[in-house]
Amino acid sequence: MTSVEHLSPTSTARFSLPSKPPVGPKPNIYERNLNKTRVAEVSASSFSFLFSEVVQYTQKRVSGVNDLEKRLNTLGYRVGTRVLELTAYRAESSSKAPKRETRLLPALMAIHTQVWRAVFGKPADAIEKSVENVDEYMIIDNDPLIERHISVPKDLSGLSCSSFSAGIVEAVLDGLGFPARVTAHHTPTTTHPTRTTILIKLEKSVLEREDVLK
Amino acid sequence: MAIFGLWVINKAGGLVYQRTFADGLAQLTSNEYLVLAGTLHGIHAITSRLSPIPGQSSGAQVIEGETFKMNVLLTLTGTKFILLTSPAETSSSIDALLQKIYTAYSEKVMQNPFHTPEMPIRSEAFDVSLGALVNTGH
Repeated sequence: MTSVEHLSPTSTARFSLPSKPPVGPKPNIYERNLNKTRVAEVSASSFSFLFSEVVQYTQKRVSGVNDLEKRLNTLGYRVGTRVLELTAYRAESSSKAPKRETRLLPALMAIHTQVWRAVFGKPADAIEKSVENVDEYMIIDNDPLIERHISVPKDLSGLSCSSFSAGIVEAVLDGLGFPARVTAHHTPTTTHPTRTTILIKLEKSVLEREDVLK
Repeated sequence: MAIFGLWVINKAGGLVYQRTFADGLAQLTSNEYLVLAGTLHGIHAITSRLSPIPGQSSGAQVIEGETFKMNVLLTLTGTKFILLTSPAETSSSIDALLQKIYTAYSEKVMQNPFHTPEMPIRSEAFDVSLGALVNTGH
């Protein structure tokens, strides 16, 4: 690499500018069509930097891992309430008879596929029912997008930044009328070192209602 | 043909990452590595001012010995990546590898909320992707 090339930031592909500059003023975010999902994707790298700052900001204001997870959960909750609204609008606004999930299993499946696809661009990898407790369900992501570049140091072992995703799930379940407590746990396997389990512990009232509806 | 090791030097001249990939060079203590990195930082600063055209030189890019070659990648932010290889390695393959290492650094280190800039790098994900890069490339 010559010195001139070195000083020019556009000489390598990674620094290249967008090939087609947008024509005219960019539409205001409030004027964009909510249903256009294809162009609404954001750069994973930018998101990583933003989420990294979110974690650093939060970490400065808490003491201990539990507190940090709780705060991330709360932040995710605020995202989740909006995600539910948006996915419902995108999926049902054009239908003549809009519906919403009222039963538990379809609701969980909707989170596993639709919500995950809207937020992370791919469905989650598995959904499981706990064998020990009837009120527990698990959503499993083998490679969570938000943790792709995060290496948790040893002194914070047990921390799962997917608490943010857990907050999203909690908000969606709440919004659909299935109050639950949702937590995230790091459950690595040899093939998937960042595998994460989102544990959903439903409230008693939900199970009682499901029994009545059976 | 071998990749011996990688150093990452921050913009103040401190060694923030050192890893050996293959045998072939003398094993040093961590203190000696720190001294060498600091010295190299100084040499690099001098070489960048040796150019007859002021402000045009990025400093030393390769320092070659009989048994090894030191390849320097200076980033726009002043971080230096030093790849120690055998002299037989072609400069194009080294440049490509250094760019990939830089990409891995910006993803696995800079996007990790538990990393403090300019401080030693302790990131498992960075270790893993470096291992993959060095092994698949050669």
